[in-house]
Amino acid sequence: MSVHLEENIFYDGRIRMPYKWAVGKTGSFFLTQLRDHARIWGSRCPDCEMVFMPPRKNCPRCLVTDTTWVELPPRGVLETFTVVHFNEPSLQPMKPPYIYGIVKLDGADTGLTHLVNEIEPDSLWPGMRMEAVFKKANQRRGEITDLLYFRPEGGARQ
Amino acid sequence: MTDIAIVGAAQTGYRRRIDDANFSEMVYEVTSGALADARLDIDAIDNFITVSNDFWDGRTISSMAVQDACGSSYQGGRNVSTVEGDGTFGLLYGMMRILSGAYKTTLVVVHCKGSEGNMRQITNGMFDYIYTRPLGIEATAAAALQARRYMDRYGLTEEDFAHVSVKNRGNARLNPHAQLAADMTIEDVMTSKVMAAPLKMHDLSPISDGAAAVILADRNTASKLGRKPVWIKGIANCSEAHYLGDRDLAEAPALRDAAHRAYGMAGIENPFEEIDVVELYDAYSYMEPLWLEELGFCPRGKGGELTRLGATAFDGPVPVNPSGGVLSAHAVLVAGLARVIEATLQIRGEAGERQVEGPVELALAHGINGPCGQSHCVVILGE
Repeated sequence: MSVHLEENIFYDGRIRMPYKWAVGKTGSFFLTQLRDHARIWGSRCPDCEMVFMPPRKNCPRCLVTDTTWVELPPRGVLETFTVVHFNEPSLQPMKPPYIYGIVKLDGADTGLTHLVNEIEPDSLWPGMRMEAVFKKANQRRGEITDLLYFRPEGGARQ
Repeated sequence: MTDIAIVGAAQTGYRRRIDDANFSEMVYEVTSGALADARLDIDAIDNFITVSNDFWDGRTISSMAVQDACGSSYQGGRNVSTVEGDGTFGLLYGMMRILSGAYKTTLVVVHCKGSEGNMRQITNGMFDYIYTRPLGIEATAAAALQARRYMDRYGLTEEDFAHVSVKNRGNARLNPHAQLAADMTIEDVMTSKVMAAPLKMHDLSPISDGAAAVILADRNTASKLGRKPVWIKGIANCSEAHYLGDRDLAEAPALRDAAHRAYGMAGIENPFEEIDVVELYDAYSYMEPLWLEELGFCPRGKGGELTRLGATAFDGPVPVNPSGGVLSAHAVLVAGLARVIEATLQIRGEAGERQVEGPVELALAHGINGPCGQSHCVVILGE
């Protein structure tokens, strides 16, 4: 089929698809504790004794289901981080530059990916002690972002 | 293992935007190209694997929407099955369907257009919706977390990674299919715009459109065809945990495992000595040395040094990504099968200007899926 092409047509589409995702019992406990008490809970496997953050109903390594709850302090160690400079307003939680990090809370065996703030990027280093900052009680909605971000332990550092 | 061979292959040129063809038209181009390359008629294909991703295509069951173009509707319809993941996983699945004994041949075809959706929103969608997606993180920021962790573990520098970009974009100058080809310096990479520190613009693969297809055949069929079959000597895949924080991002145990099993099938004991050319999935510059370590080409933490010493250069002892790699063209999903096609061309001696100094008897191709190389497929191809 031969055609004399004068222009290529593009069709502008947009998909907006509502979902209502069940968080499940394990995640619901985690999020209600975060919302109502600003407390963080992980799950401990009775076999390998690893403590997972975020918590899982079953141990991903042993596949046993009788995991137990263990409360974790809102403090831990920064494992790695990145400073985001590119702009993607449709997605980003704040205006760049801003920081993502993986923080392993004291007593947990896996790290939590989250935002890092109240520090100049040049002052950050892997291994740094971090603490969680929560939204005010009346602003918490049972979402992971009720934990606002991690900052250096002891408060802001510029 | 010489049970299944690649007997035909084709790929589109990879471009930032292919604006004169839709998905089906790209699929038709590579389907007819692979058939011509194999010197086979569509009659000879009794099984089809289509590979695509619904988020990128912007439709559900996207893999079932290209049947008119891939030939599976021929004469009222043939068997067709689908994979949503890298093209190398489609290759493995297609091979297994032939090994089941039900089919003699299989066409594996994969397409993707990065230009038509929003890459960052789509890759944000791969994370879980409770704990990770609300943070706005996507593929590049996640990769930057891995790059930093890898640097920190072994004392690597951003310059180590810049060497990979310079090498691969330089190699791409010899590949007419590549999208980004450049004569770059380390300084060009180091001074390029910071995207997600420590990753800069030239550490990232581009957004690309493209499609690729291969035709697989069992030993009987492959041996009767007029052209040299390229045998799948070994193949294995493996996946690790979903959550980034569950993993030590400075390691890729899934790749280690897949390589170990693929090498076992192919009878490889020392990959550096035995493998003649490598095509791997360098979606970001740091991935090439990290993957080389886990593939056993050097000790842990020495991948950067391997590149600096020129061991992976086009004229080095083990050329890595002589095509320019994924850093030079990254149609997602397609890129893994493109590595297989490049390795196939090297073994045939048909890689044109990008043909490495031979003889090329054994080649490694590699694909990944998921954030920070969550899953890996290792393919060993040989004469």
